[in-house]
Amino acid sequence: MMRQKEKRLIAAFYTTHDAMAFEDYCQGHGIPGRLIPLPREISAGCGLAWSAPPEIEDVLPGSLQDAGIAAQHLVLLEI
Amino acid sequence: MIYLDNAATTMHKPPCVTDAMIQALTSLGNASRGAHEGALQSNRLIYRARRTLADFFGCPESEKVIFTSNSTEALNIAIQGTLRKGDHVVTTVLEHNSVLRPLYRMEQECGITLDFTPADARGCIDYEQLAHLIRKDTRAIVCTHASNLTGNMVDIARVGQLAKEHGLLLIVDASQTAGAVPIDMEQMGISILCFTGHKSMMGPQGTGGMCIHGEIEVEPLKEGGSGVQSFLTRQPREYPTRLEAGTLNGHGIAGLLAAAEFINETGIDVIHTHEMALTRRFYERVVHIPDVTVYGDFEATTRSPIVALNIGDLDSAIVADELAYSYGIATRAGAHCAPLMHKALGTGEQGAVRFSFGYFNTPDECDEAAEAVEQIAQRMHQ
Repeated sequence: MMRQKEKRLIAAFYTTHDAMAFEDYCQGHGIPGRLIPLPREISAGCGLAWSAPPEIEDVLPGSLQDAGIAAQHLVLLEI
Repeated sequence: MIYLDNAATTMHKPPCVTDAMIQALTSLGNASRGAHEGALQSNRLIYRARRTLADFFGCPESEKVIFTSNSTEALNIAIQGTLRKGDHVVTTVLEHNSVLRPLYRMEQECGITLDFTPADARGCIDYEQLAHLIRKDTRAIVCTHASNLTGNMVDIARVGQLAKEHGLLLIVDASQTAGAVPIDMEQMGISILCFTGHKSMMGPQGTGGMCIHGEIEVEPLKEGGSGVQSFLTRQPREYPTRLEAGTLNGHGIAGLLAAAEFINETGIDVIHTHEMALTRRFYERVVHIPDVTVYGDFEATTRSPIVALNIGDLDSAIVADELAYSYGIATRAGAHCAPLMHKALGTGEQGAVRFSFGYFNTPDECDEAAEAVEQIAQRMHQ
């Protein structure tokens, strides 16, 4: 039985290095979410993506900026 | 055994290196080959290692810390990945074959030209001569930080200034200095720093890497699996993936990271001071022994912890074997993969016995080794 789909805010990255740097940033700043395999709806340089609750849609762009990371995509997806 | 072959590899590692590797062997998946916890743990460890080593070497961008299997691989990538037909390269006679052979190959197969900065009787280069070798078509200076034979150090900051003035790449072989003396790529003007993990870094064999400073296009030697962008027909262009085809040595990198953290916690200056004291202690005793010839510049303020010597005209292999067999002292004899340095010192036939000291050596071990040299020198006439 597959778990039910839900809306997630997905940040995709150009490189794995960026993905790991963003995870490190989020863990250090209490930003919710986790790394997941890149959903097929998105094409990106890195096979990992940051999956966050949609409620932090207003927060995440600023977090990426603070972390010095350019996301390749930042989208809401039902996955 | 008294282990005095640390320039070949440090046999005694900090316990935290062993612990980190055992932990890694039982917990790491394959970095960039999945998003499960095992793969992520490996990714996290490698990311932390890049950050730590970037800080360690003054490399401004941690994604430009590239992991390789040793400094030979790093030097091959740096040399073959940047130089092109028509390029002129200035190097030195101090170089190891890990620099010389890739350069000779590029000379024979790719049409680069080479010039060698000579060394004097002590094995020191003349920086004015190095500057005079630079031409209009010079593209790079490829230079060791310290001779693996004499331990003499090159003033890399001075060479870096020269490279900057002429707009040249400076590729540095730090095999003998990474972990033994502070290195700051930014301050020293190094374009590409190549290092090994298993010598003064005190990490495991099979580790090493290169740090790239700024916007330098280095073409990969290897192409293959990257875990990302699988439908590209060629290796992705982004660093570090560009130069890291295939599965990384995550277990080894765990050990290398632990070793770098050990050096940071201990203090590289503390380590350097200890190793210099051992080197000086041994040198002061053997230099006065009749029939002993010591090679290198011991008036310099800093050097790599190496003392290379010969006893009379004895074959260096015989001396090293006597040290190992009769005294339990591990050294290295022979040509040390540095043919031009041997020619400059006149030791092409005899080779040299190299004593190289590490952080875990003691003053007593230095004294025992010096005593053994004295006894062998005395017996030479019996």
